[in-house]
Amino acid sequence: MSDAVLPAAAPSAVPAGGVAPRPAAGPWQTAARKLRQDRPAMVALLVLVLIVVACALAPAYARYASREDPFASNVDGSITLDGQSVPVLQAETAGLGLGLTPIGPTWHGQYFLGADSQGRDVMERLLYGGRTSLLIATVATVICLVLAGVVGLVAGFAGGVVDAVLSRLLDVLWAFPIYLLAISLSIVLINTTIQIGPISITSGSLALPMLIIGLVYVPYVARPVRGQVLALNRTDFVLAARALGVPPWRILVRDIFPNVTTTLIVFVPLMMALNMLTESALSFLSIGVQPPNASWGTIIEDGQSLIYTRPLVAIAPGLCIVATVLALNVLGDGVRDALDPRAKLRVS
Amino acid sequence: MLLAVVRRLVQMAFVMLGISILVFLIFFATPGADPAARIAGRNASPEVLAAVRHDFGFDRPVPIQYVLMMKRLFVTRDLTSFVNRGERVIPAIVESMPATLSLVFGAAVVWVVFGLLIGVLAAATRGRWPDRLLMILGLIGVSMPVFWLGEVANLITQDRYHDTPFFSWVPALGYTPLTQDPFLWFKGLVIPWITLAILYIGIYGRVLRASLIEAYQEDYIRTARAKGLSETRIMLRHALRTSLITFVSLFGLDFGALVGGGALLTEVVFDIHGVGKLTVEALQNLDLPFIMATVMYASFFVVAANAVVDIVYAALDPRVRAAAT
Repeated sequence: MSDAVLPAAAPSAVPAGGVAPRPAAGPWQTAARKLRQDRPAMVALLVLVLIVVACALAPAYARYASREDPFASNVDGSITLDGQSVPVLQAETAGLGLGLTPIGPTWHGQYFLGADSQGRDVMERLLYGGRTSLLIATVATVICLVLAGVVGLVAGFAGGVVDAVLSRLLDVLWAFPIYLLAISLSIVLINTTIQIGPISITSGSLALPMLIIGLVYVPYVARPVRGQVLALNRTDFVLAARALGVPPWRILVRDIFPNVTTTLIVFVPLMMALNMLTESALSFLSIGVQPPNASWGTIIEDGQSLIYTRPLVAIAPGLCIVATVLALNVLGDGVRDALDPRAKLRVS
Repeated sequence: MLLAVVRRLVQMAFVMLGISILVFLIFFATPGADPAARIAGRNASPEVLAAVRHDFGFDRPVPIQYVLMMKRLFVTRDLTSFVNRGERVIPAIVESMPATLSLVFGAAVVWVVFGLLIGVLAAATRGRWPDRLLMILGLIGVSMPVFWLGEVANLITQDRYHDTPFFSWVPALGYTPLTQDPFLWFKGLVIPWITLAILYIGIYGRVLRASLIEAYQEDYIRTARAKGLSETRIMLRHALRTSLITFVSLFGLDFGALVGGGALLTEVVFDIHGVGKLTVEALQNLDLPFIMATVMYASFFVVAANAVVDIVYAALDPRVRAAAT
């Protein structure tokens, strides 16, 4: 699960290339140095690393601090507080005295942030939910960038009919309101088992929101990539390669692709931020992550009914989303400034 | 120019056709998404399933189903709900339109005013603390899930601070039509407007600032300075004017997307019975005609908005006009 660290940390670990005795400042080194000097971006990276580490430690927290199963309801449970046994779900004191109110924040190991309506530890679910949210955002980003990269490269490089078909397809997807497309796909697919070759996606699987979220943002990335490829097609070095008789696939791989990698990298943090917001919205509408799995979006949905009695259940995951997305956006700004693809585009 | 407009309209029709096919395929031809099973219920016997399938025409070839569906959706407009049989889809959508339009219009006013203010202020103080502060606030606005912000706003204005003079004027959640009580309509929508607008204030402030700063590097700004014009005049009459082109086209797209379903989460949180809420209700009942109709309506609105933006853009900017023809 801690794989989720990699993409977030990737920009700082931009390959240094061959380390020569006297390093000539290549484009990657220049970008990495620029990024290291960008203080907000570095703070954002630190925040992200902290969040990822905290979420990765969720099982440890469950084992040593909260000592609860994050996915099983604990309606009849009770805990010992200041020497007294306190039920996790307490009878309501206000109003008619009907219904149950979950225990509020104890600020102790157990039920640090209180319980949700099913008596589960909110803090613990927050950490587990974070793992799900980060994982979905990361995998969806990879899916989106790979698909968009391929579509953009092929459309821009092949031109003609291929380009026309792919571009019209992107037009249709582009015009489709993102949330509605994601909702439509989720609602139809959420309870079915999909068989794609050897991979089988069962209902309630996390792979489904990953795929859907990855898919709906493809036009956002594919369009700029295609535009850049079209511009690269007319550059002298590509023309020279063609004139030398270099096979097209080789031009695509050796000359065109390296020049769009910066664009794709710039999209990584920004897409992760968007994906995280989309996942939370789908989960909030209960068509994203399915119970008993938790994500920050599903915890907000759980907390909706408790918003006036135990507001922390809904507020805490929201704050986690804001912190993560904000850090991703700040980092994204830093990465963009460091790689500055716009300046590069202007030169070509 | 006329040729460009016609070409754009043809393209628009093509995209709409593509979307209608895509939506239809998603809901009626996805493997595993058997609409008859949805209608008949989970444990329906094969005979019941077959009857339902025949009743709704699902046993006919997919292209025929598509044509029939489109005919009922756009020509005869008598498509009815699968869940509440007899309830017509199109009138229900038309009825929910005013709520969605009220929400989006008001929010648009808020975000345009504040987006302009923030963008201009940040660009005027670029590099100094007001700029930094505004940009951080803008980024926070962009990073918040809108439904969560709505929940928090409800917590503050409906519960925790409702009995203080600040928020005692906020009415209970829900939508009052403008024609019924204009004052209540306004009071009930203020908090939803602000909630929905916050994200866009962030986006527009940032975009406008970037575009203004770019404009400041252009020759005509240097000329204006050389003429001895005041900084305020340079900003408002020269830099802002060109930057507004980006602003206006962005506005058209976002407005279209919001009316076309983007305001769905806000409508749900504030219990506003607009088109988005209608979609979510249909979603919970798995009422396919409703979902399909709202999704289709929404996408068409977005496509039309895009086309209008492109045409207006071409009319505004002579370079685009020349390139389009």
